Amino acid sequence: MQHDQSYTGQDFKVVGSRPKRPDGIDKVTGRARYGADMSAPGQLVALMLRSPHAHARIVKIDTSKAEKLAGVKAVLTAADLPDLTNGNAGDYATLENCMARDRALYDGHAVAAVAAIDKSTAKKALKLIKVTYEKLDHVTDVDEALKQGAPQIQPACDGNLGGRYEFGHGDCEAGLKEADVVIEKSFKTGQTHQGYIEPHACLATVGPDGSGELWVTTQGHFTYRNVCATLLGMDIAKLKVTSSEIGGGFGGKTHVWIEPVALALARKANRPVKMVMSREEVFKASGPTCASSMDVKIGAKKDGTITSAFIECRYSDGAFPGIWGMLGGMTAWACYDLKNCQSVGVDVLVNRPKVAAYRAPSAPMMAFGVESTLDMLAKELDMDPVQLRLKNVAREGTQSSYGPVYGPIGIEPTLEAVRDHPHMKAKLGPNQGRGMACGFWFNIGGQTCSDLNIGVDGTVNLTVGTIDVGGARASLSLIAAEELGISYDDVKTTIGDTNSLGHNDTTEGSRGTFSSGMATIFAAREAIEVMKSRAAQMWDIPIEAVSWENGHAVATGAEHGNLPPLSLKEIAAESPTTGGPIAGHHEVTADGSGVSFASHIVDVEVDPETGRTQVLRYTVVQDAGKAIHPDYVEGQFQGGAAQGIGWALNEEYIYGEDGCLQNPGFLDYRIPVCSDLPFIDTKILEIPNPNHPYGIRGVGETSIVPPLAAIGNAVSNAAGVRMDQVPMSPPRILKALEQA
Amino acid sequence: MQVGLSGPLRAAANGEASIHIEAETIRELLNRLLERYPAMKQHMEIGIAVSIDGAIYRDNWTTKIPEGADVYLLPRIAGG
Repeated sequence: MQHDQSYTGQDFKVVGSRPKRPDGIDKVTGRARYGADMSAPGQLVALMLRSPHAHARIVKIDTSKAEKLAGVKAVLTAADLPDLTNGNAGDYATLENCMARDRALYDGHAVAAVAAIDKSTAKKALKLIKVTYEKLDHVTDVDEALKQGAPQIQPACDGNLGGRYEFGHGDCEAGLKEADVVIEKSFKTGQTHQGYIEPHACLATVGPDGSGELWVTTQGHFTYRNVCATLLGMDIAKLKVTSSEIGGGFGGKTHVWIEPVALALARKANRPVKMVMSREEVFKASGPTCASSMDVKIGAKKDGTITSAFIECRYSDGAFPGIWGMLGGMTAWACYDLKNCQSVGVDVLVNRPKVAAYRAPSAPMMAFGVESTLDMLAKELDMDPVQLRLKNVAREGTQSSYGPVYGPIGIEPTLEAVRDHPHMKAKLGPNQGRGMACGFWFNIGGQTCSDLNIGVDGTVNLTVGTIDVGGARASLSLIAAEELGISYDDVKTTIGDTNSLGHNDTTEGSRGTFSSGMATIFAAREAIEVMKSRAAQMWDIPIEAVSWENGHAVATGAEHGNLPPLSLKEIAAESPTTGGPIAGHHEVTADGSGVSFASHIVDVEVDPETGRTQVLRYTVVQDAGKAIHPDYVEGQFQGGAAQGIGWALNEEYIYGEDGCLQNPGFLDYRIPVCSDLPFIDTKILEIPNPNHPYGIRGVGETSIVPPLAAIGNAVSNAAGVRMDQVPMSPPRILKALEQA
Repeated sequence: MQVGLSGPLRAAANGEASIHIEAETIRELLNRLLERYPAMKQHMEIGIAVSIDGAIYRDNWTTKIPEGADVYLLPRIAGG
């Protein structure tokens, strides 16, 4: 059934309230089951052997001694994983990343795996595997990798250039000629990890008939199913994937890492196989975000009108080409209405792990360069930085820097809210500084499928296929309750496994509540149609004479208007004798997502003796479209800001001269802890998305875009010296102060 | 209607930033684009998104394109 997905501006009864989260008690009491919490009778423990070299030819792998060790049930190398990818370059990269073939491409690249009766035996077996390597030259720095003569990482690429993507309009050179002031600056950002607390973990089973099951922590169990089935030559229908609770993903659990190997081991051993990454493995061999290096040039008139805006940003993709430069290129100038702008995103291969998304992938780096340079321009023009941005802000009707003309958007309201916020007027003390910055992200929709089943007592099971990474079950329960006209407590939302629903795209791109929300609205409306027909039967009147109001079937018209309304519970109770179960179902490609904007304010204090930065106050203003469950929306705003604070101040992959990662653990890779963070204040704006019945946009990613630049501007103001590299760690700040 | 092409797609359309195509749906638009510019195939295999009046459509090729709409073709967008 086709439904109109246009925004209607309806008044809400339960949407917008803040009920308790349905998964909260399970999570705080330990009852919730995560990736490593599932076991099966006779299960084996699997471990991976990983390359100690940044780049090496694999001459020989001798597994004979490991195979003979008592308790070892299967040993696996690339020879056990034939190439079934049928020429698909993306699938082949995934296969090669899961298990190195002829070369190890980074420190930590998997080269073999063992399944044994316990962890101790598996560890012993790993030591018995003899790998003969021929070390090759390596490169881990994004700019070094582009130089002539740099070690070549993928033979199919031109040098180490994975791709170059240009966006924009107008003529930047002509724009510079119109400018009274030109600011030019280069910036760098370190490589960071999403830092999800739960490591990758799964339990894999493959029976003698070739049917498999996978219990796994993931953002997209349908995608995992399809990829694993492709790599292992299985029928999609014969692999059932069930998602566990997820202990954080942020983009890092959108790709497979260990899962195809666990399934292959299970198939070889004919026993269930459990595989859990250590923290060191998560750092070395899952998917962090890119490091970057960029050059920015902005020209402007004395009144602040930007006449030319150029940025080139080079992203380190790891050992496999990605789309990070393309995504970054589209986001760079998206907040602004510019006559002449150009952004270039460049993908560069280095001997580092295969990069994955990290919230709004690639946008924070571009924003760091753009928003830092805008602050420099504001200083040069002696102009308020918010006013400078408002002077050039994009509005409905603006041609965006990546091409399309905007519909209704929220960047100007977020800037006005920042301008008028009490935070901007608070006094600062010695060594303290304030910064602000803006950010943009697209949001996406995608394939989505939901089932809604009404029990005979009138309570409702809603089954969706998008993983709940940030409170989606509560939000979707609110939406179902709103549509059906019942209480939030009467709806139980569950994430269905891959055998129980049609395909659902991965929960990425801030799509969960947007797309499953849409499918839930329409599934509920289909269930309402069923209930109207059941009420018509119960009253023995034509269905055309029945309407649905506030959770009740209402008989309409002069002939039937005296009939008392029938509640959902009354109709459900009679369902066994009026046609059986009452259900609604909807599948949709939920396109038409609305773009998202945010503006952040931050105050910091920099200790000039130690170089340490303390974040004193932080405010996030973001357009949510419609905040279904405001607690969760605020949680996303706060989470993105917290991760951005870590990225801005401390987090960084540090590689040695040998090309090996030197800090693969939380002791040496410092994510923020509570004492590092102030309370992060939030302000939700609601500029409805015209292409969603409730006006929903996505909210999960944009909040990580401004923090690097906002903090960079604040630290620069506090220290009196422009910071051009994140993380702005104490040694880097001290060095900048010394050089000032 | 005029259809804008983002930077990476222009090379496949002989460097044009904007082209004229008559189409009522996204499917028609992409089919005619491919007929005229066979080099678009590689972009379509990776994925193309269509912006209609600022809203982005990645997958639903049955979407109707309103008369007078602002239409722009982009590389397919992903996220985290």
